[in-house]
Amino acid sequence: MALSSKDLLGIKGMAADEIRLILDTAATFKDVSERDIKKVPTLRGKTVINLFYEASTRTRTSFELAGKRLSADVINISTSTSSVVKGETLLDTARNIEAMKCDIIIVRHSCSGAPEYLSTRLKSSVINAGDGFHEHPTQALLDAFTIREKLGRLEGLTVVIVGDIAHSRVARSNIYGLTTMGAKVRVCGPPTMIPPGIERMGAQVNYNMDEAVEGADVIMMLRLQLERQAAGLFPGVREYARLYGLNQARVARATRHVMVMHPGPMNRGVEISSEVADNTPVILDQVTNGVAVRMAVMFLLSGGSKAEA
Amino acid sequence: MNILIKNGHIIDPANKVDERLDVLVSDGKISRLGKPGSLPANGSQVIDAEGKFIVPGLIDMHVHLREPGYEYKETIATGTAAAKAGGFTSVCCMPNTNPVNDNSSVTEFILAQARSASAQVFPIGAVTKGSRGEELADMGELYAAGCVAISDDGKPVMNASMMRRAMEYSRIFDMLIISHCEDSALSFKGVMNDGIVSTELGLRGIPRAAEDVMTARDISLAELTGGRLHIAHVSTAGSVRMIRDAKSRDVKITAETCPHYFALTEEAVRGYNTLAKMNPPLRTVDDVAAVKQGLKDGTIDVIATDHAPHAMDEKSGEFDYAPFGIVGLETALGLTLKLVQEGVFSLTEAIRKLSVNPALILKLGKGTLSAGADADMTMIDPNVDWTVDASQFKSKSQNTPFDGWNLRGKAVWTIVGGKI
Repeated sequence: MALSSKDLLGIKGMAADEIRLILDTAATFKDVSERDIKKVPTLRGKTVINLFYEASTRTRTSFELAGKRLSADVINISTSTSSVVKGETLLDTARNIEAMKCDIIIVRHSCSGAPEYLSTRLKSSVINAGDGFHEHPTQALLDAFTIREKLGRLEGLTVVIVGDIAHSRVARSNIYGLTTMGAKVRVCGPPTMIPPGIERMGAQVNYNMDEAVEGADVIMMLRLQLERQAAGLFPGVREYARLYGLNQARVARATRHVMVMHPGPMNRGVEISSEVADNTPVILDQVTNGVAVRMAVMFLLSGGSKAEA
Repeated sequence: MNILIKNGHIIDPANKVDERLDVLVSDGKISRLGKPGSLPANGSQVIDAEGKFIVPGLIDMHVHLREPGYEYKETIATGTAAAKAGGFTSVCCMPNTNPVNDNSSVTEFILAQARSASAQVFPIGAVTKGSRGEELADMGELYAAGCVAISDDGKPVMNASMMRRAMEYSRIFDMLIISHCEDSALSFKGVMNDGIVSTELGLRGIPRAAEDVMTARDISLAELTGGRLHIAHVSTAGSVRMIRDAKSRDVKITAETCPHYFALTEEAVRGYNTLAKMNPPLRTVDDVAAVKQGLKDGTIDVIATDHAPHAMDEKSGEFDYAPFGIVGLETALGLTLKLVQEGVFSLTEAIRKLSVNPALILKLGKGTLSAGADADMTMIDPNVDWTVDASQFKSKSQNTPFDGWNLRGKAVWTIVGGKI
């Protein structure tokens, strides 16, 4: 089996079998990172470009390591200013890169839809490394991988996502991915951070965190963007932490085996107490698994199938 | 030169004419109407209009001709050529040019450029200097120079007190104020309608309330001041409802919508289609139904295009960065005829909204085929099936979401001031 598209733009529309294929492939690649010599020759001779229009350390490094561990040549292009400021269009930039012959372009952009726009105009595979508030598919895949690894399954689990759902691409990709894999998803946050129609994407909405976490198998905390206070989305950090911060008391309301996740970087004492954060080894496992999942995605988009991995 | 148009079906709602008549045009005016075959040709150019409708020239009271300042998008020459191709004999151009049409020198420049244009051009002046919303523009000067209305279109007049004073002051000239109803604090950085589609696409939403609160405010101000208010590009069910209510209380208010607000919904944005990005944004099926009902029951007086040309370089790329707006002059009639075919309203009612009503609202002295009136006429073939092909537009810009649409009925001749 192989992936149906040349690109990975989002989880929306992916079949459960495709997601399972990526997760299974990632499981075989995870070993590579555990070895003394962390490299396989799988993508030798392939060129991978990280084209990042938005600041990122974790995701860019993860993609870079994933490419290098597959023996691909990886180039990073980070531009803090937008293409508009720079005076060259996004498409011109991408076409110039493609003219130097590359196989995979990994795009992060603050505008939703930018990777999709490029994918229809480039021959290279495009991987969405996060676009605006739209999707962050590899984050959702690594989250699904981590949950499956720790809890043994995704089907039938209850996953609660807490925070600024409206401005979160991680939340959207996870809602699509987890519901496709048979999990139940609840979203929780103040109404100012819950976007209209989210129920139609398959998530239940609850504004009360104490209720939302009851019976949860997984609690996924989102990073609070502190600048949203100025737009009136929440009154202040203190009240936010009181209403929507994850502390031990709230963890205790979930199932006994509850798993706490955070895509990072964390605001300790705001959306997650230090006590909970430090008792949550999974958060670093997510980072470790991110490399394996991204190796799997690059491998599969390059035409690999699971048997060869 | 004289023109005899024979065998056409005349629709002249202002004179309640709806029958087969011949029309004689001489010296740029409508000379006579008479039973088929009753008028002498006498060396006139003869046009056979068998099977066609002859209607008062269409008037688009909301276009952006981009000149001066943005001639790469459109010029007065290309914009009026597009108007003529689409059946429009007159257009009213919004003042958001560069410089803004907030003084007589800009108005006079536009009118000078318009002398050789393919359609009549009626400029609309700015409400405030530079459309910055801070000080009133010299309304008397704009009126004297030939502006037929004032508007800060593209931007709202956010300061309610400034809008109040503008409406009061406009009474000196009985000048129409055209309001772009948008609360810019509510629309903020939005790029499409706020709803399930914006949630799925991860795009910032513009709630319907951003339009509705301004419609409500401006209706209140119209009641307070007695100024004549026209609501531009109505896109929401809420605005339709409030305008209907205001009219029932005899508030001096009129309203327009645009073809895209009855032909498309927010679903058209999927795939990050920048050709479906406009302000106000495309709304929901409920809003489309309300807009159609508003057209049907007379709440909405006018169909205007908000013709907003942009170069394709600007319109492609990141959705967030693309400018708002689409061209409309060459598709508006076909899309309006679609409503006639669907039974929303009659052809006569369509002509009221495309010609008679804008002429009355703006006091243009047009929109009729009375003897002695300007010979502005549009000949419509109601049965021709055609496909929108943006590459063939007379407009300098091709930013339309309707490319490839199959429509029935179009303008085959447009006569402006007696000239074909």
